[in-house]
This record gives sequence, C-alpha cells and structure tokens, in this order.
Amino acid sequence: MSAIAGRLPLSFSDRESLWFLSILAVIAIAVPILNLAVPPSSPLHVSTYVLTLVGKYLCYAMLAIAVDLIWGFCGILSLGHAAFFALGGYAMGMYLMRQIGTRGVYGHPVLPDFMVFLNWTDLPWFWYGFDRFWFAMLMVAVVPAVLAYVFGWLAFRSRVTGVYLSIMTQALSYALMLAFFRNDMGFGGNNGFTDFKDILGFDLQQDTTRSVLLVVTVAALAASYCVCRAIVASRAGRVIRAIRDAESRTRFLGYRVESYKLWVFVFSAVVAGVAGALYVPQVGIINPSEFEPINSIEVVIWVAVGGRGTLFGAAAGAALVNYAKTYFTAALPEVWLYALGAIFVGVTLFLPRGLAGLMPAASRGK
Amino acid sequence: MTLTTSGGQRLLWLLLAACLAALPASAQTPDDEFRAVLAELREASFSDKESIADKLIATSHMSARPVLTALLEDRLFVRSQDQQIFIVSSTEESRTQYELIDPVSLSRAGSAPVDELTKIGTNNRLRRFLRITIARGALANPDPDVRRAAVRELLRSLDASAIELLRQRKTEETDARVLYEIDTALALATLDDGDAAARVAAVQTLSERLSPEVRNRLAALIERNDDGSFAESDEGVRVAAAAAIETIDTARSLYSGVETLFFGLSLGSVLVLVAIGLAITFGVMGVINMAHGELMMLGAYTTYVVQTALPGYIEWSVLIAVPAAFLVAGLAGVLIERTIIRFLYGRPLETLLATFGVSLILQQLVRTVFSANNRSVITPSWMSGTLPINDALSITYNRLYIVIFSLIVFGLLLAVLKRTRLGLDIRAVSQNRAMARAMGIRSEWVDAMTFGLGAGIAGVAGVALSQLTNVGPNLGQSYIIDSFMVVVFGGVGNLWGTLIGGISLGVINKLLEPYAGAVLGKILVLVVLILFIQRRPRGLFPQTGRAAEAA
Repeated sequence: MSAIAGRLPLSFSDRESLWFLSILAVIAIAVPILNLAVPPSSPLHVSTYVLTLVGKYLCYAMLAIAVDLIWGFCGILSLGHAAFFALGGYAMGMYLMRQIGTRGVYGHPVLPDFMVFLNWTDLPWFWYGFDRFWFAMLMVAVVPAVLAYVFGWLAFRSRVTGVYLSIMTQALSYALMLAFFRNDMGFGGNNGFTDFKDILGFDLQQDTTRSVLLVVTVAALAASYCVCRAIVASRAGRVIRAIRDAESRTRFLGYRVESYKLWVFVFSAVVAGVAGALYVPQVGIINPSEFEPINSIEVVIWVAVGGRGTLFGAAAGAALVNYAKTYFTAALPEVWLYALGAIFVGVTLFLPRGLAGLMPAASRGK
Repeated sequence: MTLTTSGGQRLLWLLLAACLAALPASAQTPDDEFRAVLAELREASFSDKESIADKLIATSHMSARPVLTALLEDRLFVRSQDQQIFIVSSTEESRTQYELIDPVSLSRAGSAPVDELTKIGTNNRLRRFLRITIARGALANPDPDVRRAAVRELLRSLDASAIELLRQRKTEETDARVLYEIDTALALATLDDGDAAARVAAVQTLSERLSPEVRNRLAALIERNDDGSFAESDEGVRVAAAAAIETIDTARSLYSGVETLFFGLSLGSVLVLVAIGLAITFGVMGVINMAHGELMMLGAYTTYVVQTALPGYIEWSVLIAVPAAFLVAGLAGVLIERTIIRFLYGRPLETLLATFGVSLILQQLVRTVFSANNRSVITPSWMSGTLPINDALSITYNRLYIVIFSLIVFGLLLAVLKRTRLGLDIRAVSQNRAMARAMGIRSEWVDAMTFGLGAGIAGVAGVALSQLTNVGPNLGQSYIIDSFMVVVFGGVGNLWGTLIGGISLGVINKLLEPYAGAVLGKILVLVVLILFIQRRPRGLFPQTGRAAEAA
C-alpha cells in the first residue's frame, strides 16, 4: 500500500483549487437562478428535483473530501464514515422534528409524532435543546467529534492499524445501525425522521429555501475543501503524509503519531457530520439505513474513482459515481450493482490513482 | 447364518400364506362390521355412544382410535346428502370447505361445504369416557413412547377412572420411563385424596419432577384461599411443598442455564463455521475477502439447486450439497483469486475494495438467476424435531447437528493443514514466501489452492446456513461482519483462536440476550469487541515469532 501511496500525486497547485472553486461558484450561482428566475417552460429551467439532486451530490462530495483527508493523506481507511455523516444528519433531523411542533399528525406541542405513537409522555433528556438552532448546529459537530475522539483515542493509542482499524470502524457503524433501528432508543426506530416542515422559519418545500440550502452547501463544501487543503499543505500535513508512508519511521523521528492521526480523524468526522446535517433538510428524511456499512464502503469507492489524495478528485468522484447511480437505478436498475461492482474491481486493478491519475502530468502542476 | 436366514424366510412365507388364506374371509368382515357399528353413532344418545365406542374398540379395527379421537375433538361429521360419517382433518373457523377423511380406510375422501355437514355431538361425560377409553387403548400399545404420551395426557386432568386405570397399568408396566410418568400422575392424585403422611410422600416424589404442571400443582398447595386459610390444611405438607418447589426451581434454572449454554454453543459453532473459511484467507494469506459472505450464499443456493434437481432425494440433499457447495464456492474462489486478488497481494486495503466489488456482482448475479426473492430450502426430516432430555430441557436436532458439523469441518480443515502436502505448502508459503519458492514450492499455485480452500469452506458453511436462515441474495451480508469479528477476536492466523473466539462470542451473545434483548445484546458484544481490540490488538491468541513480524 505504501508503495502505491508514495506514487500518489502531491498536487496542490493553485490552478486546481481555482478550477474546483470556480466550478462550485458557477453551481452556486447558476443552479438557483436557473431554478428560480427561468420559467419552467424554458429548456434552460432547472427543476426542483435536479436542484435537490445537485444539493445531494454536493453533500456526498463533502463526505468524500472528509474520507480522502484521512485515507488519501493519512492512510487510515475508515469504513465507518457514513456513521459520522448519519450522526450529523440525525442532529439536524432532531432540530427539524422539534420545529414541526403542533403541525404533526398528533399535534403534540413538544413530542414528535413517533414518541406520541409509542405512548411516551416526556421528552428524553438527549432531546433537550434541539429546539434551538445554534444548539443543534453545535451538536452536528460535537457528536461526531466526540465519537471520533473516543474511538480514535482508543484505537490509535493501542496502534490498531490497517485492516484491523477498517474492520473496527465498520463494526462501529454496524453497532450504531442496530442501535438506531431500536424504537426505544428515541430516534424514531427504522422510520427515522421525516415530514419536516421548516428550517429557521423558512418552508422546506419552497424553491427559495432549497436554493439557499444549495448555496450554503456549496459554501460549506468550498470551506471544507480550503481547510483540508490548508491542512495538507501545512507542516503538519507533511507529517500526516509521512505517517501514511512510513508510520514507524515518523514515530522514531520523534513525532507524536497518535495525536496527529487523532486530530485528523476528528476533523474528518466533523466535516462528515456537517455534510450529513446539510443532506437531511434537502433530502427530507434520515433513517438508520444511512449507517449501513455498504454506504461507508461506497464513499471509499467515490474517493478511489476520483483519485486518492487529491481532495478535488474525491469530490468529483462522489458526483460522478452518484450521477451514474441515479442514472442506472432509474434506467437499468438490475445493472447498477454489476456496474458498481465492476467500478470497485476496475478502479483498484487498473486505476490505482483514480481518474485524477489520468490527467496529464503537466496539468497536475508538478 | 445362511440357515437362520432361510429358517426366518420360511417362517415369513408361512405367515404370509396364512394371511392370504385368511384374507377373503376377514377382508370383508372387519371393515363392514366396523362401518356398521360406526353408523349407529348417527342417531345414538350420549349414553348409547359410550357403548358404541366400546364396541368400536372391541372390533380392534385399526381405525377405532382415530375415529374416537376425532369424536373427542369434535371432528366427526355426518354428511347430509347420504348420511355418511366422515372424519374432518381440521375445523378451523376460517374454512368454508372441510377436508373429508374416510373413517374406515383413513384415506382422503374429497371435501364438502361446512353447511352440508352435521357434527356428531359429545357432552362432558362422554368426552371423559372417550379420553379414558382412548388412553386405555394407548396404554396397551407396545410402543413405550405412545404409552408415555397417554399417561401425560391423562395427567392433565385426573379423575377417579383415570387413576384407577393408571394404578392397574402400574402393576403391568415394565418400561422405567413410563413408570416414572405413572408415579407422577399417581402422586398428583394422592395430593387430592391421600392422608397427610401419604401427601408428604407424594410431594417428595413430585419434588424430583420438572414439568410445569407439577410445579403449578405444588404452588397451589401453599397458596391461601380468599378467606385467608391455607389451601392445604396440613402444616407438614405445606413445608414439604415449599421445599419441593425450591428444589424444582433450582433444577429448572440449572437446566435453563444448560439450555442457554447450548444455544450459545450452537450460535458459536455457526460463527465458527462462517468464520473458519475467512480464517484461512484472512488469517493465513492476509487477504481481506469481503466476498466471503457471498461465497457462503453460493453454497446456500447450491443446496437449493440440489434439492430442485433431485426432488426424490430430499433426505440426502444436504449431504449431497456439502461436497457440491465446496466445489462451486471453491471454484468461484479460485477464479476470483486468479483474476483479481493475485494482482493485489501486499495491498490489503485495495483487496478489500476489489473483493467488495466482487461481492456486489455475485449478489446481483444471484438476483438475476434466481430472482431477488428468498428461495425455500427444505429441511430433511432427520434434521427437524427435538431431542427431549427431560421436562425442562429439549434440544433441537438442527442445532445439535450444526454443532457436530462445524466441529467436523474444523477437524478436517486442521487435518488438511497439518497432515497433507497442500497444508505443508500453505504453511510454508504463509511463513516465508521467498524461502518456500526457493525450495521449489509453486507459490502461485498454493495461493490459488489456499484461497479455493477458504472459499470452499465458506460454501460448506452456506449449506449449514441454508438450514437456519432464509436463502436470499442478502444472506452473505448479514454474516460478514460477524465472521470478521470472530477472526479478529480469536487472533489472525490461528485456527484454534477462531474456534475459541467463535464459540465464546456465541455463548456471550446468548448469555447477554435474556438481560439485554437480542439486538442490544449484539450491540453490547460489538462494543465489547471494539474495546477488546484496543487492549489486545492482535486478538486472543496472537501469532508470535517471525510470522508475527512479517504480518
């Protein structure tokens, strides 16, 4: 693995970032305008469905960047990042559920519908505070961060690495999925949360609200890209890459490998959590299937397709694979799993550096 | 030897000849006689029905008991159109048509709408009489199991005639297990009408029994009536009863502990079975095979195909499927190794992704070929049913066979690795590839064979799983995380670790279940495992020496 990792392009030319950020800017400006200002009769009109789809891809791109940061640059293959994504989503979902208020089916002012349905009389303690937006947003970051910190602290300190770590993260995600499927956990069981009404007082069904959410998502994606880029370009970033290529040697040189890994892991989990929080209001539902191990593995394949260790490649891979998924599941549903499987096999065998590896060396700026 | 056989044969022929000679005379009479007696039931009063029942028994016709049982269970009907009497197979309320059975030949006789049938009624007295009559017949049956079942049936509601019948039987009975049941019933009867000393003795006899009926009866002894007086007047009997209940409860909780342990053992052996193939590919070769679950799925589908292809050999199908599944999954494994994995050695994370891709393709392949619905795999009759140990403990055969089967597979695998040339090669390559090659071992061939072996065992595990869960495209996914956990817990590269790891995980899971529920128990086990790996990153039995350095 390290042999391959050593050959990965260390491409952080400003030209690529410029391209990436410009594309994001174009999306942020063009898509809402084409949706809101252009009449539906015009061929240039972007439907609400496409708007939501773009928003979804952008959230996935953010998740992919989070995975690329730890896998592509630090060599930690997490098969549980969908769990952080889902936790962020659940935190946002809890806020949105509290916003429904008396408009639910049972019209209870405090309790969400599913709790009334389960004959609960009081709000569980962990639901306190989620009626406030700032608190929910804090939890979107804090919950994944704390979980990542505890898990990472235990794992990295006792030097669980490589495949073992991957399997452990998968088990973590699996355990969370089983837990969230339980009704008495207080998270809506297998139905999860849905039927959201509004966010900060704005109707979620309105195209304007959706457009604003899209712009916010673009901003968050751009921000996380820039921060990740800053991290990997910094001195600490070089240590992180050194850990990926030769962990023991880095340790012998006197660096505290565990702390570096831990902080990158926690930061990556936070990015994933924020992505999940932006995903939920746009998609309109969150349920325990988001924790499924296969989701985490799919994220890894987005990164692999786009190109490990490039950040923009990961984002592009997420968008591409998901576009293919949307297309195939609608047009040829039975072919999709063959295609996805073939992508897994083909990319690992023939494109170890992903699509980014196909770009001519000159344009990689190095 | 020859002499005995021919002697036996001659006897057989003689008997047959005697039967044939008797046939023309007797073939008509008993059936007709039986039918004639039976016909009297149509218009008889309740008391007449008793004497008719006696007559039916007296014909010693083989249909007498089924007919009386049907009468007892309100399943004997008269068809309006021709006044014929029929047994009805089931009288569920939802049915509008009843399936008819001829009362003489006991063969199917078509069906009839509910409103064209009139039930032959019974009253309490008649039912009691029928019960005793049937039980008396059953108590004379040469099969001890039938006799035991009859005693147990009587034991549910004892009355004077039943007790009399049991007392009488006790003097003739030779089978210890039937005697044991009779003693239980008689002791229960003594509680109602014996004197104080006899009741204490009866309670003591009952304290060695485990059935819930006995416990409930004893518990009733120490209860108070509504007016505050004790249900049982004698102090000594109450003390004895309290002690007996305690004895029974201790024994029952002991047996339920044994049962939990056995459940754990059987779950554990399933885990061992699904993980042991992985222990080869992951543990010995260092290859993360995410398609392991799908190879098990292939094995399960092989069982289905064998049963579909050979509908006449259902009893043998599982045994035929074991080698077939080994071949199918093993060949699939060799194919995967040759086309994909061999390019990825030394890159475990890439192997993980590529094999995951293979697992998706295999799942979809199965959906395309067999449809996305679950396929039903038949359990051979010798694998279903339970083995009763006593009233508090019974063991289902399929669990028992799974335990035995996984131990056999484990033993065979161990033997292959330790005693065969292939095993020697596998161990050599896994310890030092370069040196093994220098010694002339074709390491590539060994890789393919090792992977094929692991995959084949996954297929064999799939045959076992087909008897336990639904056979569908998602069969593999539900076991893959468990099997990785077992291998990681037991320690990579150590088959004994896999055995102990799997069985202890199964037992821990089942021990937690009563307190935490099935799902929460599983979550707890996963969390404990995650914590355990932090403490011992290389599992229960870590590899030591040079192999560990290389890993």
